[in-house]
Amino acid sequence: MTAVDLPLAVPATTARVSLLRRMLRKPLAVVSMLFLAVVGVIAIIGPWIAPLDPTEASLQRILADPSSELILGGDSAGRDVLSRLLAATQTSIAAALVALITALVIGVVAGLIAGYYRGLFDSVASWVTSLVMALPGIVVLLAARSVLGPSVWLAMLIFGVLLAPAYYRLVYAAVTAVRSELYVDAARVSGLSDLRIIGRHVLSVVRAPIIIQSAIIGGIAIAIQSGLEFLGLGDMNVPTWGSMLNDAFGSMYRQPLLMLWPSLAIALTCIALTLLANAMRDVLERTVAVRRRRRRAVTTATGSIAAVTTSVSLSGGDVDAIDDSDIHIAGDTIVHPDDERTSQGPRDRILTIRDLRVGYEQASGPDVEVVHGVSLDIRKGEVHGLIGESGSGKTQTAFAVLGLLPRGGRVTAGSIVYEGTELAEATEKVYAGIRGKRIGYIPQEPMSNLDPSFKIGYQLVEPLRRNLGLSTKESTERSLALLDRVGIPHPKRTFDAYPFEVSGGMAQRVLIAGAVSTDPDLIIADEPTTALDVTVQAEVLDLLRDLQRERGMAMLLVTHNFGVVADLCDRVTVMQQGRFVEQGPVRTILGTPSHPYTQSLLDAILDEGPARGPLVTEATTSEGGRA
Amino acid sequence: MPMFIARRLLSGVVLVFVISFVAFSLLYASGGDIARRLLGQTASEETVARKAEQLGLDRPLLSQYGDWLSSALAGDLGRSWFSSLPVASSLSDRLAVTLSIVVGATLIAAVVSIVLGVLAARRGGWIDGAVQFVSVIGFAIPGFLIALFLVLVFAVNLHWFKATGFVPITQSFGGWAASVTLPIAALSLGAIATVAQQVRGSVIDAMSRDYVRTLRSRGIGINRVVYVHVLRNAGGPALAVLAVQFIGLLGGAVIVEQIFALPGIGQLTVQATSQGDIPVVMGVVVITAIIVVVVNLLIDLAQAALNPKVRLS
Repeated sequence: MTAVDLPLAVPATTARVSLLRRMLRKPLAVVSMLFLAVVGVIAIIGPWIAPLDPTEASLQRILADPSSELILGGDSAGRDVLSRLLAATQTSIAAALVALITALVIGVVAGLIAGYYRGLFDSVASWVTSLVMALPGIVVLLAARSVLGPSVWLAMLIFGVLLAPAYYRLVYAAVTAVRSELYVDAARVSGLSDLRIIGRHVLSVVRAPIIIQSAIIGGIAIAIQSGLEFLGLGDMNVPTWGSMLNDAFGSMYRQPLLMLWPSLAIALTCIALTLLANAMRDVLERTVAVRRRRRRAVTTATGSIAAVTTSVSLSGGDVDAIDDSDIHIAGDTIVHPDDERTSQGPRDRILTIRDLRVGYEQASGPDVEVVHGVSLDIRKGEVHGLIGESGSGKTQTAFAVLGLLPRGGRVTAGSIVYEGTELAEATEKVYAGIRGKRIGYIPQEPMSNLDPSFKIGYQLVEPLRRNLGLSTKESTERSLALLDRVGIPHPKRTFDAYPFEVSGGMAQRVLIAGAVSTDPDLIIADEPTTALDVTVQAEVLDLLRDLQRERGMAMLLVTHNFGVVADLCDRVTVMQQGRFVEQGPVRTILGTPSHPYTQSLLDAILDEGPARGPLVTEATTSEGGRA
Repeated sequence: MPMFIARRLLSGVVLVFVISFVAFSLLYASGGDIARRLLGQTASEETVARKAEQLGLDRPLLSQYGDWLSSALAGDLGRSWFSSLPVASSLSDRLAVTLSIVVGATLIAAVVSIVLGVLAARRGGWIDGAVQFVSVIGFAIPGFLIALFLVLVFAVNLHWFKATGFVPITQSFGGWAASVTLPIAALSLGAIATVAQQVRGSVIDAMSRDYVRTLRSRGIGINRVVYVHVLRNAGGPALAVLAVQFIGLLGGAVIVEQIFALPGIGQLTVQATSQGDIPVVMGVVVITAIIVVVVNLLIDLAQAALNPKVRLS
C-alpha cells in the first residue's frame, strides 16, 4: 500500500497544468474566470477610461436619469455613476487584495511553522486562532476604526489578520499530515534542509487548497469592505462600491436604479469567486477520487490472486464431462440431489429466488450488473450456506432479498418470493410487513452496525415496539431476556450501555439478539463471524446453531469460510463472479465437489498445510453428530 | 458531565477576560491622543490635557484597566463620553432588539437548513441541484445586499412590511413579528446556505453507515431512521457550523440593523465608532464576547445531548 501511496503527492507540477485545462472544460468556471479577468483589467485601467471625473459634482446631474452623456445617470451629489463605478473597482479590489495578502502571509507562514515544528509556537498559535475567531470581524473592525480613523487600508490590514486563521488551519492540517509521510522522512534522512522539504513536499500539497481558499477569502474581503463603506465608516472622498451603495441607499425612494450598479458589481464578483472555488474543488476532488479508485483496483487485483488462481470459466468443457445421472444443471448451476439427511427435512420452501439479477446504475453508461441471474430455494428450518470469494456477489444477493441494496443498486430482473410475497422491486409498504417481522438480519461488522448515539437497550426495544406493538415495559423485559439468552453476562448493564462501551463479540451477540427478537422465520446472516476473534467466532457459531434449532428458523448464511459452512449448514450454494456454480447438500459439496471452482476453493484450504487438515474430519464429525 | 460544563464555562470566562484586556489595551493605548481627537485640531494643548485628565487617560494603562474591570464586575461599564448615559443600561436596552433578530435568524436557519439538507440528501436529482445552487448564491452574496434587495422588493415596491423601525414584543406581538421579519430573512439566508450544505453532506455520510441498513432490516421505517437516527448522528457537524454562523450573524446584525433602522447594539456600535466613543465601543466588545461564549456553551451542551461520546469523555 505504501508503494502505491507515494505518487499521490508527487505530480504537483503536472497537476497544476491539467487543473487549469480541466477547469476550462467547465462552462461556469470559464465564465467566472472571464468575468474576474474583466474586473481585474478595469481595476488597473478604470480611472483612465472613466469618461468623466468621478469626483466632480454638478448640480444639474443630481440623480439624473441615464442619458447619452451619463450612461448610468448621476448620483445624489451629481457625480457620474459610470465613472465612479470604474474608479471604485480599483479601490475595492486593491482593498480586498490587502486583506487577502495579509491573511495569506500570516496564515501560511504561521501554519507552516506550527505544523512543521510543533512545540510552543503551535499551542500559542492555536490559542490566538481561537481568540481571533471568537468575535465577529465587523465588531473588531468597528472598534479599530473608533481609534484609528476611517482608513480603508488600515481596516483591511486588520481584517487580513482576522482572516489569517482560515489559511492557518488549512496549512496546519496539511503540514501535520504530510510531516508523517514516509517520503518526507526519506527526504529528511537524505539530508535535505527543512526549507527545501517545506518548499518541495509541503507547499506542493497545500498549493491547490490555498488557491481555493483565496478565492473564498477574496469574496469575503470584498463583502466586508463594501459593508464597512456602506455603513459610511470609510473614507467618503474615495469612490468604492460600498460608498456608492451608501449614497444610493440614501436616495432609494427617488432613484432606486442607483443601487443596481454597485450591487451588481459586488454580487457578481463574489459569485464569480465562489463558483471558481467550487469548480476547482470539484476538479481536485474528482482527481483524488479517481486515484483512490485506481489504488483500490490494484489491491483487489493482487488480493484476489491468492484466492482464485485456479478460477475456471463456466464455459469450459469440465462441466459437460460430468456424467452422474442424478446431477442436473439449472442454468449455470450444477445442482446435486438431496442426500439421505437433507431429504428428511420439510420440503416446503420459505424463500424462492429465480433468475435474480442485481445491477448498479452508473453516472454515465449502462448499469453494471453484479449478480447475473441466480436461483435458490431455502426450505423451512434449513440453514443454507452461500459461499464464495470477496466480490462474488453473495452479499449483494442477501441485500437484494432484504430490499436494502446500497444507493444506486436495484434488482434488474428475476423474482424473490418470500412465502407467496413477491419482494423483487417491492415497495416500502410491502417490506414493512416483512423486514424485522418475518426476516431478520445479522450483519458482518458488529461495531458499525449499532447506532453509536443510542443506547443498546433503545435499539433493541425500538423494533419490538414498532413491529409487535409491545409496551415499553414488555419490550424491555423481552430484550433483557434475549440478552441473557445470547450469553451476555450482565444484561442490564449492557442494555444501558452505548455501543462503544462493549466489545465486538458482545456487540455481535446484541445484533443476533436484535435479529431474532421478533421471532422471524428466516434469518439472513452476512458473514456473522468474520470480524470476530477466533475464540469468539466459535462461541457465536454455537449460539447461532442453538438459536436456529430452538426456534426452527431458516437461515441464509453468507460466508467465505468452509469451516463455518461445514459447522452449520444443511445445503450450500457456491458463488463465483455473480453466478451460482454449484448447489447441493453440504456433505456432497464438501466431499465430492463437481465444479472445478468448488474444487479449487476446497484445495486452497487444504493446501495451506496440515494445520488446516482436520477441517474435513471436523465437518464429518459434526455432520455425524447431527444425524 | 458536570466536569465537562465546568471546563467549558471556565475557558469561556478566561476568553472574555482576555478579550476585554486586549481590547482595552488597544482602545486606550493612544492615551492623550484620544482627548485630542475628541476635541478637534483647534483645541489648545491645555484643554486637551485637562480633558485627558478628566477622563483618566493620563494614568498608566494597567491601572485604567484595573478600574474598568472592578466596576465592570459590579455591572458598571462606565458612561458614554457623548451622551453621558451609563454604557451598561444603553446596552441592555438594545440587547433585546439584537438578540431577537440574531436568535430568530439562527433558529430559522437551523430549521430550514435541516429541511433543505435532508431533502437534498435523500431525493438527489433536481432538488439537490436547486439546493446546491441556492447555497452557492446565498454563500457568495453578502448579507447586506440581500437585505437591501428585500427592502427594495418587499418594503419599497410591495409595501408588505415597513422598511424601518422596531416594535417591542411587549407592545404588540404582531407588530414585533412584522418589524423583524425582513431583518431575520436577510440575516438567515447566508447562514442557511452554509448550514444546509453541511446538513446535506453529513446526512449523505450518515445514510451510508452500516447501522442505517441494520435499523431498516429491523423494520424501522425509512423516515424514522432518517429523522431519529441519521439526523442525530449528522447533527454534530451541523451544530458546529451553526456555532460559527452565529458569530457571523452577530456581525451581520450590525449592518442589517443600520439598513432597517433597528435600535439594536449594532446601531449603537456604528454611532459610537464614528464618534470615537470608546467606553461604548469597549462595552460592545465585551457584551459581544459574552454572548458568543454563552452561545458556544449552549451549543456544547447540545452536542453533549446528541453525542454520548462527548458526554461521557
